[in-house]
Amino acid sequence: MSSLLVRETHKLLRAQGSLLFVETIPGVKYGEIIEVELPSGEVKLGQVIDASKTMTVIQVFGGVSDVDLKRSKVRFRGETLKIPVSIDVLGRILDGLGRPIDKGPPIIPEEYRDINGEPLNPASRLPPSEFIETGISAIDGLFSIVRGQKLPIFSGSGLPHNRVAAQIVRQARVRGKEEKFAVVFAAIGVPYDDAMFFIDNFRKTGGLEHVVAVINTADAPVIERIATPRVALTIAEHLAWSHDMNVLVVMTDMTFYCEALRELSAAREEVPGRRGYPGYMYTDLATIYERAGKVAGRKGSVTQMPILTMPDDDITHPIPDLTGYITEGQIVFSRTMWLKGIYPPIDPLMSLSRLMKDGIGPGKTREDHHGVFMQLISSYAEGVRLRELSVIVGTESLTPRDRKYLEFADRFEREFINQGEYERRTIEETLDRAWNLLAILPEEELKKVKPEHIKKYHPKYKSLSS
Amino acid sequence: MLKGRIYRVSGPVVVAEDMRGVSVYEVVEVGNERLIGEVIGVEGDKAIIQVYEDTTGIQVGEPVYSTGYPLSAELGPGLIGSIFDGIQRPLTKLEELIGFFIKKGVKQPSLPRDKKWHFTPLVKQGDKVGPGDYLGYVQETEVVKHYIMVPHGVSGTIEWIASEGDYTVEEPVARISGREVTMLQKWPVRKPRPYREKLEPDKPLITGMRVVDFMFPLGIGGKAAIPGGFGTGKTVALQSFTKWSHAEITIYIGCGERGNEMADALHSFRKLIDPKTGKPMMERSVFIANTSNMPVAAREASVFLGVTIGEYFRDMGYNVLVVADSTSRWAEAMREISGRLEELPGEEGFPAYLGSRLASFYERSGYVKVYGNPERMGSLTIIGAVSPPGADFSEPVTQSTLRIVRALYALDVNLAYRRHYPAINWLTSYSLYIEKLREWWMQIDPEYPQLREFFSKTLQREAELEELVRLVGADALPVDDRLILEVARMIREDFLQQDALSLDDAYSPPYKDAWMAHAIKLFYDKAREAIDAGVPFEKIRELKVRERIARMKNIPSTTPREEMKKAFGELYNEIINEFNALIEEVKTRV
Repeated sequence: MSSLLVRETHKLLRAQGSLLFVETIPGVKYGEIIEVELPSGEVKLGQVIDASKTMTVIQVFGGVSDVDLKRSKVRFRGETLKIPVSIDVLGRILDGLGRPIDKGPPIIPEEYRDINGEPLNPASRLPPSEFIETGISAIDGLFSIVRGQKLPIFSGSGLPHNRVAAQIVRQARVRGKEEKFAVVFAAIGVPYDDAMFFIDNFRKTGGLEHVVAVINTADAPVIERIATPRVALTIAEHLAWSHDMNVLVVMTDMTFYCEALRELSAAREEVPGRRGYPGYMYTDLATIYERAGKVAGRKGSVTQMPILTMPDDDITHPIPDLTGYITEGQIVFSRTMWLKGIYPPIDPLMSLSRLMKDGIGPGKTREDHHGVFMQLISSYAEGVRLRELSVIVGTESLTPRDRKYLEFADRFEREFINQGEYERRTIEETLDRAWNLLAILPEEELKKVKPEHIKKYHPKYKSLSS
Repeated sequence: MLKGRIYRVSGPVVVAEDMRGVSVYEVVEVGNERLIGEVIGVEGDKAIIQVYEDTTGIQVGEPVYSTGYPLSAELGPGLIGSIFDGIQRPLTKLEELIGFFIKKGVKQPSLPRDKKWHFTPLVKQGDKVGPGDYLGYVQETEVVKHYIMVPHGVSGTIEWIASEGDYTVEEPVARISGREVTMLQKWPVRKPRPYREKLEPDKPLITGMRVVDFMFPLGIGGKAAIPGGFGTGKTVALQSFTKWSHAEITIYIGCGERGNEMADALHSFRKLIDPKTGKPMMERSVFIANTSNMPVAAREASVFLGVTIGEYFRDMGYNVLVVADSTSRWAEAMREISGRLEELPGEEGFPAYLGSRLASFYERSGYVKVYGNPERMGSLTIIGAVSPPGADFSEPVTQSTLRIVRALYALDVNLAYRRHYPAINWLTSYSLYIEKLREWWMQIDPEYPQLREFFSKTLQREAELEELVRLVGADALPVDDRLILEVARMIREDFLQQDALSLDDAYSPPYKDAWMAHAIKLFYDKAREAIDAGVPFEKIRELKVRERIARMKNIPSTTPREEMKKAFGELYNEIINEFNALIEEVKTRV
């Protein structure tokens, strides 16, 4: 075959880390995918990250340590990284580049899509407003998720974020609607047993046919980690925009993704930003997180729940910091809560859902939701303040009112936040539970809830009327 | 036009050869897809180009075409109510054409070419005109009269002026000494539009936020920064500025921020009724949306595009507010491009010219006498959000910004956690406009300087006492200090805190601010008097009128001024009466 059609070169100049420098051949495209063929016949994938007239720089998935410069060759594919997409991926397990690893039949593609996607036109977006009931009181009551939102879990090593995520995936539904839904689960650089935990969980609960798992385990090549969330989102977008499905994308652990990004940036000898992470990490993360959304005139949606572990539980670390600037809130896990035996160990004061206000209230959850939420947070904050104070001055010197607040804060943690791993509470149950706790406090302290809601939902009046 | 070839591609930076003759800041079209780019450097026959669209798939050797023009904004009827990307592509139009994903290489004029606008002339044949003179106007929306001005560089005699009627932006509406003028004008975005004279602002830009208007007022044509970590309510604060401020035109630049947030702003601006005009906010707003996942280089351009459109409306004689959310993302875009160019980095990898580039943006603000007849003033106020990593204000973007701006609204994480909104910290925020604006405020209330000073001293003192309170408890303090703490709490909760979602209080007019301040000051003065008369502090804390003071912010801002005055008069009487009763009680007991 003529060399015009097969675009390949033997002129490999230098290999270093994950970078391969080759002599430029005509028609090299920026961002195109290449194959490196080793003498053994093994083929590795790579991507052009810098192309000039004389030299092309390629980043090789899986590293270049075993590339023999003299006897290997590089073949240019002429296109960017695309994956086959199809509705048949539901129920399947794929590797980090989207290839089946479950020994099932090959997937017949409906089309091929570039894993980088294209930016959603901001003018076409709909502000997300459909409440998703997760059945977890702390989330539904205090930090509600809506369709099209991106709400991450900021966790720490050893905390039960995977179990909580699995519970959300099991239980999440939109009230009063039976619509097509799917879960895309991406494991990024996590240990094999963590990945299997999710798969087993889906299998056990019989939900596997709604799930696509994209798995890049800790032992897979670092560079594939860059592709994994994008592969997952490309699948999610296909299901959402071509098949009208409401897709929840769970990605764990984004910290490993960011570390991979740092490693590659160092290999490219780029100027490092804060703590060695590249200066473009914000933009890079945004190209992942911003793929969540709802679009006017479409039934489908993409909702994201990325999970990340805060190095040293430090929320100002660049990874949670930049994530928090892009996502619409954050659910923060607290080690103190976990040590107290609270599951899920959510810190109510640090957590926030920015899109909550549009998803709750009459017709969506319940009329008293906003007031109850505000009252719970402010009363709990007061309780925590007094708890700190009582450490200094002792409980004896507190007023009876203050002691009520202490009791409230303790019971709020144990009875509202705390919940069984297989326990599902409806939003009504969650709000009623909240009212039972608020009843601990003197009624005149309940300033954030409307008086008519007190009359309607406060246990004192409820028991009178019934 | 020149035609060169691509020599190298590295992300958004492309180097082209055979480009001798091209100049810096010239717009070029890159590759077979003709992506929009801008020359940012020339070396020999090579041009360094930043490309405003994704360069994936571009080949070495593909052509590069020069256009001969610098990156320019299209100015004319059709701006208001539009949503543009960073290089002024009309996003709503793009959606009609290509669906809800933004594809590259799509070209579409910024302003609609087929739409006809109703033009009314203001000059007649034979008139002598110069740059900036009104030729006529178009009623673009019910609230914006869009004046068509003589472009800069054109002057002479009106040989022909179009009669009143409907015209497209490309049809001529006048001929001035042989030159035809259309309603569409172009202006290079990186070049400030000229004005006659810059003046010191002597009026505030009223924002309806008490912590801003009363404590740290912003002059019209001023420049301010709002730094704040994530979750501090930066976007809500910025939206309050754009929604309630007294500007006649608002330009909202969403620069490297969230898409859903932009969607929320767009939808709320369409729904929300402007209390001053009774029309949706959208009828006086222009949006520029370059969200965080859109190409980085266009983010860099979006800020200059926004300010150029702002200057154009300023030149008509309007008070314009430009809000940029967030300048940190803009600076990061600069850092990324700079890194690709392998420039020597400054602090934290930002280019050494970070400070001067920030200044070139903020310096385009001002309260100015503009060119043209009739003589008129216009203003352009700039408020930039800053997103410091880890909420650490010592980082380069915050620090470089602080050297330029004259008002700082520092958002505070702890206030936000306590759900104190707007979470503007009263100890670290400042405004250098206070001196100039004192006169204006004294026309609202002659006692303004004393009231403001009382507030700021009380809050200062509270901060000093805080440490002590934590150790010994408030009840162990001397009664004077306990009063200070009580009044400081009142200032914080009953005055500074404002609910952006409550319609009664989201916007607070200056006279209401002053009356509210008086109520608190009166409470303090009467409390001092009572304490001196021997009234125990606990009695003061039990006064019913405290509850009334807490609720004074809920007096609807739409209440007619006279009626509101009466309501406050009653409140003052109540304060005086309750205290007098206490003092009487003590006296009789003695």
